[in-house]
Amino acid sequence: MPDMQQIINFIITIGIPVVVLLSFILANAMYLQLMERKVLAHMQSRLGPMRTGWHGLLQPVADAVKFMFKEDIIPAKADKWVFSLAPLIFLVMAFGAFVAIPFGPDTVIFGRTVHLWVSNLNIGVLYIVALAGIGTYGVIMAGWASNNKYSLMGGFRSAAQMISYEIPMAFAIVTVALMAGSLNLTEIVQAQSQKWFIIVFPVGPVAFFLYLIAGVAETNRAPFDLPEAESELVAGYFTEYSGIRFGIFYMAEYMNMMIVSLLASIMFLGGWMPVQIFPKLLGGIPPISWINTALAAIPPTLWLLAKLYFFIFFYMWIRATLPRYRYDQLMTIAWKILLPISLGTLLVAAFMKQAGWM
Amino acid sequence: MVPLSWYVLLSAALFTIGVVGVLSRRNVFIILMSIELMLNAANINLIAFSHYLQNLTGQIFVIFVITVAAAEAAVALALIILLARNRGTVYVDEFNLLKG
Amino acid sequence: MINQLIFAYFAAVIVVSAVLVITRKNPVHSVMFMLLLFFHIAGVFVLLNAEFLAAVQLIVYAGAILILFLFVVILLSVERESQAARANRFWPWLAGFGLIIAGEIALLVLRGSFPGEGKMAVQVAGAGVRDLGVVLYSKFLVPFEISSVILLVGLIGAVMLAKKKTNE
Repeated sequence: MPDMQQIINFIITIGIPVVVLLSFILANAMYLQLMERKVLAHMQSRLGPMRTGWHGLLQPVADAVKFMFKEDIIPAKADKWVFSLAPLIFLVMAFGAFVAIPFGPDTVIFGRTVHLWVSNLNIGVLYIVALAGIGTYGVIMAGWASNNKYSLMGGFRSAAQMISYEIPMAFAIVTVALMAGSLNLTEIVQAQSQKWFIIVFPVGPVAFFLYLIAGVAETNRAPFDLPEAESELVAGYFTEYSGIRFGIFYMAEYMNMMIVSLLASIMFLGGWMPVQIFPKLLGGIPPISWINTALAAIPPTLWLLAKLYFFIFFYMWIRATLPRYRYDQLMTIAWKILLPISLGTLLVAAFMKQAGWM
Repeated sequence: MVPLSWYVLLSAALFTIGVVGVLSRRNVFIILMSIELMLNAANINLIAFSHYLQNLTGQIFVIFVITVAAAEAAVALALIILLARNRGTVYVDEFNLLKG
Repeated sequence: MINQLIFAYFAAVIVVSAVLVITRKNPVHSVMFMLLLFFHIAGVFVLLNAEFLAAVQLIVYAGAILILFLFVVILLSVERESQAARANRFWPWLAGFGLIIAGEIALLVLRGSFPGEGKMAVQVAGAGVRDLGVVLYSKFLVPFEISSVILLVGLIGAVMLAKKKTNE
């Protein structure tokens, strides 16, 4: 029966990738929480969660159960519809962005060639930027609907911050697209097979630096976590949220972090390309060539995940190290420092591309 | 395949809704949003014709329309803030200083 | 067939949410329906093989213009809106006229024919971002530059208008 065959094909090409991706994201969103608590604790000479499971390994499960069974309170004066919709917008936009991300080259599993992406969009980068922009709505809606002045201020701060930092971020992404000559994430990775974009002097490191800072601000994390600055605004836009809705905001924050980290690895650190030690200069000399062969033998997807977790660890490290900025400083950084630098970078990159130096 | 006339009908419906919104609502925000509705109706038409006539000019025009819409929204919102500050209202029928 | 179903869904959501945009009491709710509308218009663009413009629609319209609207709507508090009348006193007439105009356009469209309709099955070969860029920066270079001037005027105009006068 041809229809049966079509259905099976559909399940294999769409269904299985989606299920695998969903479980990967959910497991990560739960366990990154534990990782953050552990990393912060050890950086501050504490132990972090230790009681639930071995070294707190079951803590995320306990947290999830708590989120689900706590009372879900909607404030009496809140706008009920918008209040319930806001976390969903935030979550859906975070989930949606994963669809465009390629986790590796085509691989042969059980005799079938499998694409390690759900959808290979031609405008993959733009799609992710667009969804990140829509995510702002979740934040500002949550702030407005709670009918609480701290929430509203948190929402406003977050919206202003996300809009401001989207611009240098977009310019950094455009610089990468210019270097790769494509907006497709797979093609961007393939363009880095000779040289990662982070070491394309002088624009690569600058664009990477811009992207990193803007990425921290986009995900509302320390030192740019003004929307949820607990010393000023209680908890910012999700002050009034409890139970599962609070859990959604909490998880979506980690998903956004993963998106930003994955994009950073894909655009600047060569995606799933393995690390090689001076392949051109010293590649033929025995001890180094052995190491290079060993490094290249590691599966590509593991390389991408290693880069992803490196970035996430880096974010936690920043959070443990730097104090929070003042709000006017935040805006000054975005508009007076990052924006001119990003415009200049784009200009230099365009010049280099035209002159054929890249 | 979707016939071209469907897109034209959709765009016409959207445009009419925008016109009615501009003419009948009192809140100046809704009026501005209705203008955006009309611009979007025009965009649908432009892209539909660009697709069916195999010509990219329509898509280029949409880029220009979106550019103008962005500039227009910024200036219009600044005007609304100014009006609200001076007159204390956002309803268009209360902006009646020139009425004798 | 499947395309027609998808189009029907998009069209239905677009029209319904457009009506909701112009009828809601609370402008914040209008903005939310406007967001829904922009999403589905982007879907229509994808249906018409204009992926780049769908992304631009979401980034610029939904991600920038509408956020600005939302910002100002929330800042200029809308408490009074719940008591005040939504529409002016002519609205039934205007709605009727709207229906008549829409019906008239529908009649014209259904009676007429479009030149491109016969050969519509062909897809634009590789009408990607690259071709769009080439056309934009060659044939439409002067309009492109003028649009950048318009944006500059909009920027300066908005700042000058909304700025509080301090030395008065």
